[in-house]
Amino acid sequence: MNKRTLMAACVAATAGLVLAACSTFTPPTKQETQAVVKSSFSERSIAKLDRLEQNEIQTICSDTRDNPSKEQVAKIEKLATATIRYPADGKFLGDWKAGERVAQSGVGMQWSDNDKTVNGGNCYACHQIDKKEISFGNIGPSLNQYGKLRGNSEPILKYTWGKIWNSHAFTACSQMPRYGDAKILTEQQIRDVMALLLDPASPVNQ
Amino acid sequence: MHHSAPPRSRARLIRVAVLAALCGAGAAAQAQGTTADEIAKYRAMLQDGNPAELVAMRGEELWKTPRGPKKATLEQCDLGQGPGKIKGAYAQMPRYFADADTVMDFESRLIWCMDKLQGIPPAEAKKNPFSGAGQRQTDVEAITAFVVEASRGAKIAVPQSHPKEKAAFARGEQLFWQRGGPFDFSCSTCHSRDDQRIRLQELPNLTKQEPARKAFAQWPAYRVSQGALRTMQWRLNDCFRQQRWPYLEFTSPASVDLITFLGVNANGGVMESPAIKR
Repeated sequence: MNKRTLMAACVAATAGLVLAACSTFTPPTKQETQAVVKSSFSERSIAKLDRLEQNEIQTICSDTRDNPSKEQVAKIEKLATATIRYPADGKFLGDWKAGERVAQSGVGMQWSDNDKTVNGGNCYACHQIDKKEISFGNIGPSLNQYGKLRGNSEPILKYTWGKIWNSHAFTACSQMPRYGDAKILTEQQIRDVMALLLDPASPVNQ
Repeated sequence: MHHSAPPRSRARLIRVAVLAALCGAGAAAQAQGTTADEIAKYRAMLQDGNPAELVAMRGEELWKTPRGPKKATLEQCDLGQGPGKIKGAYAQMPRYFADADTVMDFESRLIWCMDKLQGIPPAEAKKNPFSGAGQRQTDVEAITAFVVEASRGAKIAVPQSHPKEKAAFARGEQLFWQRGGPFDFSCSTCHSRDDQRIRLQELPNLTKQEPARKAFAQWPAYRVSQGALRTMQWRLNDCFRQQRWPYLEFTSPASVDLITFLGVNANGGVMESPAIKR
């Protein structure tokens, strides 16, 4: 039943003709919900309204409630893999100390931030990393001993870089932000986080 | 009952501060498992001295004082139980209001009543609804504290009989799962699985009845870390800030839809608000 017929039915019901029609409920379509959502947010500081426009991966993950079909998984992983940019100079590892600062920082890209805010990775929000930090979340797996367990061969370096760049390349509808693809972290920041995970000298691997 | 509250509450405030200091120092020295236990103990102790009582007292004053161009009080505001009836009203909102022909949560209805009864334009009433750090609580916050207190012990019964109430729930559910912004976050990122934490903060799985009941029952709440009472509208607004979405407008339709989704999931729970939180 479209809106006009529903309205007509309700007018009829008011007139005492078809009382049952008024209690008929048609679930809102996605378009109707989107119109309500768009009318409910406004831009503030760096958070503009274009953030409400969904990309293809966001659309599939929303519509399937993060349970994409086999075909959708293949599609998402292909789309995400195509976004990955490896470092041009082939240098994957930076400074683990700087990486630890990126992992600790939870600011950036909120409407309470501005264009001067240096974005953090907020890795500890979801992951255990350095054992000394006891305030860590559990949405993602523990990354303690990450490099010690895996070594830092080229496939491991490339996998880890890609995972940070666009997590959906390996896990469709992952909850992890696309740190490289969505330009949350700079290439240098990603190098530093890579070092935190993979440098044998990093406390993560002690 | 409120007349003897100020000195008692002041003593409680001091106790709260001392406890906070002690527990903070203790917790830091513990391993993580023990830290969670300590935080739970700290929260339990806080329940005994809730500064929200003071905020609610000011809210009661505001509710009963003639204000606005019409110099009227809010005492005849109809929260769905009939004009002037506030007992248990918050526990049954959001709900459909025929006079406005829309679904409203308490804060939306408050703005409506300020307009219709007191003649305060909604644009003015909606300006700066949340107090900043160290500022006095806003009128909206204080009145909300007073009204929610009158639902303490009431059963949560957010209605789903009107088609617009059903539509609000359905839109709220869709939005709950909607991923967006540069971080791809939805409400469900943090609130659709059991036993999840951000840092040490436990996250309720709001798709399940028990955690949804607890969450709905405890907001508005006094946030010790911010020294302020925060409302449900604030709770949603600040979630979306951290989700890296644009600014969720106060009492916007989407906010009411999400509160409806949460409230219906929480039906059957018992209101404990204003609760006190970290």
